[in-house]
Amino acid sequence: MEESRKIMLKVDGLRAYYRTRSGERIRAVDNISFNLMEGEILGIAGESGCGKSTLAMAMSGLFLPPLTYESGSVFLDGENVIGKKEEELRKKILGRKYSYIPQSAMNALNPTLKIKNFVIDLLKEHDPRMSKNKVLDLTTERFESLSLPPWVIDLYPLELSGGMKQRVVIAVSTLMNPKVVVADEPTSALDVTSQKIVIKLIKELFDEGIVKSVIFITHELPILRHVCDRIAVMYAGEFVEIGETEGIIFNPIHPYSQALMQSILVPEVGIKGKKLPNLPGSPPDLRKPIKGCRFADRCYLAIEDCRKEAIGMVEFDGRKVRCIRVDHIKAKEEVVPHVQQ
Amino acid sequence: MSSNDEIIKTENLTKVFGSGKKAIKAVDDVSISIKKKEVISLVGQSGSGKTTLARMLLRLLKPTAGKIIFEGQDVTNIEGKEKKAYWRKVQAIFQDPYASFNIFSPVKKVLLDAFKLFDNKFTKEEKWRMVCESLEAVNFRPDEVADKFPFELSGGQRQRVMIARAHLIKPELLIADEPTSMIDANLRSGILELLLDLRDTEGTTIMFVTHDLGLAYYVSERLLIMHEGKIVEEGEADKIISEPDHPYTKQLMADVPKLSEEWLLE
Repeated sequence: MEESRKIMLKVDGLRAYYRTRSGERIRAVDNISFNLMEGEILGIAGESGCGKSTLAMAMSGLFLPPLTYESGSVFLDGENVIGKKEEELRKKILGRKYSYIPQSAMNALNPTLKIKNFVIDLLKEHDPRMSKNKVLDLTTERFESLSLPPWVIDLYPLELSGGMKQRVVIAVSTLMNPKVVVADEPTSALDVTSQKIVIKLIKELFDEGIVKSVIFITHELPILRHVCDRIAVMYAGEFVEIGETEGIIFNPIHPYSQALMQSILVPEVGIKGKKLPNLPGSPPDLRKPIKGCRFADRCYLAIEDCRKEAIGMVEFDGRKVRCIRVDHIKAKEEVVPHVQQ
Repeated sequence: MSSNDEIIKTENLTKVFGSGKKAIKAVDDVSISIKKKEVISLVGQSGSGKTTLARMLLRLLKPTAGKIIFEGQDVTNIEGKEKKAYWRKVQAIFQDPYASFNIFSPVKKVLLDAFKLFDNKFTKEEKWRMVCESLEAVNFRPDEVADKFPFELSGGQRQRVMIARAHLIKPELLIADEPTSMIDANLRSGILELLLDLRDTEGTTIMFVTHDLGLAYYVSERLLIMHEGKIVEEGEADKIISEPDHPYTKQLMADVPKLSEEWLLE
């Protein structure tokens, strides 16, 4: 990474587990480390249940039960957010430095309040001294700069389409110019046209410098291809590969990344007749500690050594890959797919 | 097209919800024709009317106007026994397999209940043998899943049970409404494969109903593009993808993020 850029978010060995009532621990986020630079857009790809949303919550420093902090650190703009009290996080970090836009964000709007009253309530929480008029000015101004019609603030949520609600939520949750925005599946409930508009809005926030860095969490790989600088592939609570977008999409190394990329279906001449991956089995049970590689049981390259001990990340071709068979993959040159016979 | 290769067609099919000023034409004067053993996709965004059209074809919803002709017979208004016979020939798989199950029924009951559509009197042993065959066809070990309840199965497994049910009934036309939208990409291929197998082994005609243009293109020979209740474009999948004609299809193609082409966010 270039030295000139500042590290916006530094996650080191982060572990966040869910504790069930029966005392079991579910290792949803297990030893995640990465840096997010200022001016960078990072994509996190993975399938349902891999822990990507849990990671987004854990990075805010706010652990709401049953989610519990286990170990590791999260430095946001130089400040460790782990161990801070909820009150302090809400006042100083959330919304101001770190804004998490959850998956069903558009349902966060209060159906009984006009958008403007919702925003007033919300900003009071963060800054009780701000006057109503100031809040409204700020909101209108922001809406205008993001090419959202400002009269929307006089409407009730039910008067807005899904795509419009999502844009409103994104605009509102970035009113305090947070440094880092984490958008968790911001487009999964939208049709392709609204999807594009929402992505455009987030890009605008970024291009105008309102937010410094963005993390996009989605299973929609074609979107990541067009908006991210780097992509991290997550599987069963761990990153298995992280690197520049082009490389991850067109030349994935980790066998799981390979399967994920091969499963992409886009309306493009050439995908017809392509063999889709058919991974055997299912992801491991995260309640039990796993020895060795978590993907081994579904991997076409797995050998005995894969199951012996925890696999670390190895540097390879400018990216990091969690696989001990990298040399083998490299030697084979062409990508060996997980296709059925 | 000769009427012999045609399995189902609609003539000016229309569905209006509500009345007076609030009336909404969900399906507007749709005339389509589907060939036997064809895999075709009905593609549209949410609210385009694709599910309403599918539900009318399934005779789950009464059309406001127009006709549905199945194998040369007008089935628009059939009821009772005739409708039951129709459902033997036309079956569906829905988006949320959870909603298709009675949560109190184990898998074997879900499948054995399908025999209610048959008039034939099979013995208990015969029924069980057929259920096992169908479960095996979707790569289940019958003794492993037969006594399981829906909540004990994953989304992909539930969808496979629904395909096993289709395999058991052996319909002539299968309408699959977003069958993989709740399933992870890595498991999607298995489900698609099983569905396409039905066409290859049983000669089932399959109509996919989806918003996913990539998926539709991948599985089907022909596409029907639906927008605001109307079929705005139809034709060979390859042709529509490479040279979309209607402005709506062009817009759709431009908005879908692709891998090799730029996605203009201007």
